[in-house]
Amino acid sequence: MKPAPFSYLRPTTLAEALAAYADNADAKVLAGGQSLVPLLSMRLAAPDMLIDINRIAELDFVRADENGVTFGALARHAVLEKDETARRAQPLLSKALRLVAHPTIRNQGTTLGSIVHADAAAEMPMVLVLLGGTVTAESARGSRTISAGDLYVGPLESSLESGEIATQAWVPALAADTGTAIDEVSRRHGDYALCGVAALVGVGQDGAVRSARAGYLSVTETPATVDLSEAFGDGTLSPANLAAAADIAMAAIDPETDIHATADYRRHLAGVLTRRVIAAAHGDALARTKGVAA
Amino acid sequence: MTEQTTEAVAEELHDVRLTVNGASYDVRVPARRLLSDALRHDIGLTGTHVGCEHGVCGACTILLDGAPTRSCLLLTVSADGREVTTVEGLTERDGSLGPVQQAFKDCHGLQCGFCTPGFLTTITAGLRDNPDPSEAEARDMIGGNLCRCTGYANIVAAVLRAAELGAEAEPA
Repeated sequence: MKPAPFSYLRPTTLAEALAAYADNADAKVLAGGQSLVPLLSMRLAAPDMLIDINRIAELDFVRADENGVTFGALARHAVLEKDETARRAQPLLSKALRLVAHPTIRNQGTTLGSIVHADAAAEMPMVLVLLGGTVTAESARGSRTISAGDLYVGPLESSLESGEIATQAWVPALAADTGTAIDEVSRRHGDYALCGVAALVGVGQDGAVRSARAGYLSVTETPATVDLSEAFGDGTLSPANLAAAADIAMAAIDPETDIHATADYRRHLAGVLTRRVIAAAHGDALARTKGVAA
Repeated sequence: MTEQTTEAVAEELHDVRLTVNGASYDVRVPARRLLSDALRHDIGLTGTHVGCEHGVCGACTILLDGAPTRSCLLLTVSADGREVTTVEGLTERDGSLGPVQQAFKDCHGLQCGFCTPGFLTTITAGLRDNPDPSEAEARDMIGGNLCRCTGYANIVAAVLRAAELGAEAEPA
């Protein structure tokens, strides 16, 4: 099918875009278009107007410093994935971006667009929540910062209000005593994952686990994280502790059955992947605390 | 919105200039015209194939300023001023087959041929970034393209053969 008719605006400044959006509540914002254009073609979305922000140069940036990584609404997945300063500040970004769709999609799709598309089967919304990032929303009324925990309100539904454009996102830098890992199971590399898990594991000076938190995709309605620290009371990665962590995770998630996998299978994958990524993130933390590049 | 306004919106046309395979084209299209349709219907280059038309199959993959991109996921107006390479642009200047095309012929990398244009553009860019892929890397390179004849073994062989042809053409 083809998209329904819409009027088209391609502003070159954010102010112009916000003014147009304020005047037309039924408009949609077009960035990379890798989710929006299929929705238009399938007529699941039929906005009156598209506001194409691709020529707003001020939204096309990636900046990283010791506090974290900030990226604009036009930062393509492929650009953020390969940004060396961003990778050093927060390695989980590039690890996760390598799992987002296929390279061809990553050339055009934007990370912030994926974040506000709010798909709980996508990697970057979950990563934003796991890292405790923020999204800046601007409108003709002003600007506000939304914490990742407040961004997701339902399936494919964010707390962005009418007239608001997500202009940039921020994620904190990774602490020196913390390691990251992400893994997922999909039918083909690049397809939507049946289940995916990312983890942050903090270690003490003796290398013992001090904190463990994991994020889950494709097994909840909105991007979810689970604190698994209590499973590691003695600080070791013993099989019993890893099994306890997997049990906590499997009790916390709420997978659904669909054509690709049953709920039980997805829950099983969540347990397996939890054990796997916690161990990998712990290894990463040990390497980082020893000053070895992960 | 009144009914009248909606009709006016439907007819609004935009002037777009595209460079396709080195030639400049001016087209006048509605904002909803997908780039895949502009290439095929407005410009007449039917080598770009439309399979699923929602970004999954990869048949419509073109190079946008050199980077593989789904032409069915791009509005023509958004591509104004950009440089597009389609499968027609992969042949040599004298009309002979380019290295990736030749490798597909050598390795029987196509059966019905519908998916082939998307594979050829994707692999052309893939080999530019990684001129000497392993078999696993070759598989990864084509992971975003579907072949419903399921001729993947020969397509992977063609990626490796194209890398050989490229190395022969440009000795290190």
